Amino acid sequence: MFDLTGKNALITGASGGIGGAVAAALHAAGASVTLSGTREAPLRELAASLGERAHVVTANLGDPAEVEALPKKAAEAMGSVDILVNNAGITRDNLFMRMSDEEWAQVLDVNLTSSFRLARGVLRGMMKARWGRIVSITSVVGTTGNPGQGNYAAAKAGLVGMSKSLASEVASRGITVNCVAPGFIETAMTDKLNDDQKARILTQIPAGRMGRADEIAAAVLYLASPEAGYVTGATLHVNGGMAMV
Amino acid sequence: MSDIADRVKKIVVEHLGVEEDKVTETASFIDDLGADSLDTVELVMAFEEEFGIEIPDDAAETIQTFGDAVKFIGQATAA
Repeated sequence: MFDLTGKNALITGASGGIGGAVAAALHAAGASVTLSGTREAPLRELAASLGERAHVVTANLGDPAEVEALPKKAAEAMGSVDILVNNAGITRDNLFMRMSDEEWAQVLDVNLTSSFRLARGVLRGMMKARWGRIVSITSVVGTTGNPGQGNYAAAKAGLVGMSKSLASEVASRGITVNCVAPGFIETAMTDKLNDDQKARILTQIPAGRMGRADEIAAAVLYLASPEAGYVTGATLHVNGGMAMV
Repeated sequence: MSDIADRVKKIVVEHLGVEEDKVTETASFIDDLGADSLDTVELVMAFEEEFGIEIPDDAAETIQTFGDAVKFIGQATAA
């Protein structure tokens, strides 16, 4: 339905469940993709399964120098970066009263500051091209809050404010900046929950099930598409009705 | 120098869509030529590419007029 032929996309956290699904969806729509993450082996595996138009650039998003270099390396591999998907994220959960400065800083660095630096790094090319798409993966907890996730929720809410500000600045240049906010999604992380925990979570989700990574990828694909050119500064909530905001 | 001025003028005219005779020595990009703040960033990017130079942010802030741009680029390319 959406055609991204000739577009080049950089996806961070592509070795994860959601990142991998996003990469596959954009690639299936015709885009070239650069898969980024910290672990090279799973990225190579994914690139091999996608076939042509798939590149791998590893980067530790906690390291400012590596973050600065990533857009340049991706542009070298593909020719440009037309679509940036800020998907990489970490958690360092702890009760607020016990949370260390380091737990706070790590989550803010990787989840928020790296997204700022990556967006800044890809803007020049997008401005010249008069076309660009920046999509950040946030979370339902950025809107609702969640006990034990003060740092994570702050970073995710921060992405929303950052995206809206940037969206205002560059809308006249054909660049859109949006967020996709997943609820509970079946990934390696939620696989670890036991049946009781899962049952408790499901009582809060009107859809009665967890979401799938490809349902997040579909939202990203839409926001990355030419058809979504009039959507900017928005957050698309994909959470089975868990939070209707 | 006149070659630089011509090339700068061409970029300004193309980017801002203004008449060539409006681009005078003292013409301010923002006050006289209708640029917004993002236009000025884009102009600096275009100058960097046209002349193969780096214009640091603090220098870019001092480039307010067409004359400022020609003067700065003249110095940067002479160095």
